[in-house]
Amino acid sequence: MIQIATSLMMLLGGAFCLLGAVGMLRMPDLFTRLQAATKTGTLGVGFVMLAAAVHFQDLGVSVRAILVIIFLFLSAPIAAHVIARAAYFVNVPLWDATVVDELDDALKAREAAKTPQALEDTIDRAPDGLR
Amino acid sequence: MPDQILQWSLVATSVMLGIGILLVTLRLLRGPNLPDRVIALDLIGTLAAGAIGVYAVAQEEPILMFVCIMVAVVLFVGTVAFAYYLEKGSGS
Repeated sequence: MIQIATSLMMLLGGAFCLLGAVGMLRMPDLFTRLQAATKTGTLGVGFVMLAAAVHFQDLGVSVRAILVIIFLFLSAPIAAHVIARAAYFVNVPLWDATVVDELDDALKAREAAKTPQALEDTIDRAPDGLR
Repeated sequence: MPDQILQWSLVATSVMLGIGILLVTLRLLRGPNLPDRVIALDLIGTLAAGAIGVYAVAQEEPILMFVCIMVAVVLFVGTVAFAYYLEKGSGS
C-alpha cells in the first residue's frame, strides 16, 4: 500500500516537472516563463520529496524531506520576484500581446509627480496656513 | 506486485525528469536574454534536486536527502546574487 502511494506521488511530481520544463521552452516571454518554471518546479519537486518522506518511514529522513519542501516553498517565490524585478529594470522586452503593465503606469505617475507643474498644483491645493 | 509498480514508477519519473532537464537545457542555450538563462539554470537545479530524491528512493539511500537540501540552498543564493548584480550593473 505504501508503495502504491509512493508511486502515485512520484509520478505526479514527475509530471509537474515535465510540464514546467515544457512551459519553460514554449512560453513567449521571460515573465510567463518565470510563472511556468517557479510554480510547477516547486510543486513537482515537493511531490517527489513527499514521496521520499512516505517511502522511507523514518523520522529523520521524513523531517529532512519536509525541510526541503518548506525551503523550496519559501525560496522559490523570493527568487522569482527578485529576478523578475531585475529583468524588468534592465528592459527585458515584454510579449507583444501583453495587455496590462501596472509597474510602468506607477513609474510614469511617479515621474509626472516630479515636474514643476505638479509641484505648483500641490502648493495651490495646500491649505492656506501652510503656504 | 506493489514493488514492481514502485520500480516502474521510479523509472518513469526518472525519464520524465531527464526529458525535462533536456528541454530546459535547450532554453538555457537558446534564451535570448541573461535573465532567461538565469531562470533556466534555476529550474535545472530544482529538477536535479528532484532527480536526486528519486535516486535516493531507488537506491534506498536516505543520506542523499542532505544533498537535496544543499542543492536547494545553493541555488537560491546563486539566483539572488545573480539578480542583485544584474540590477546593480544596469544603473551605471
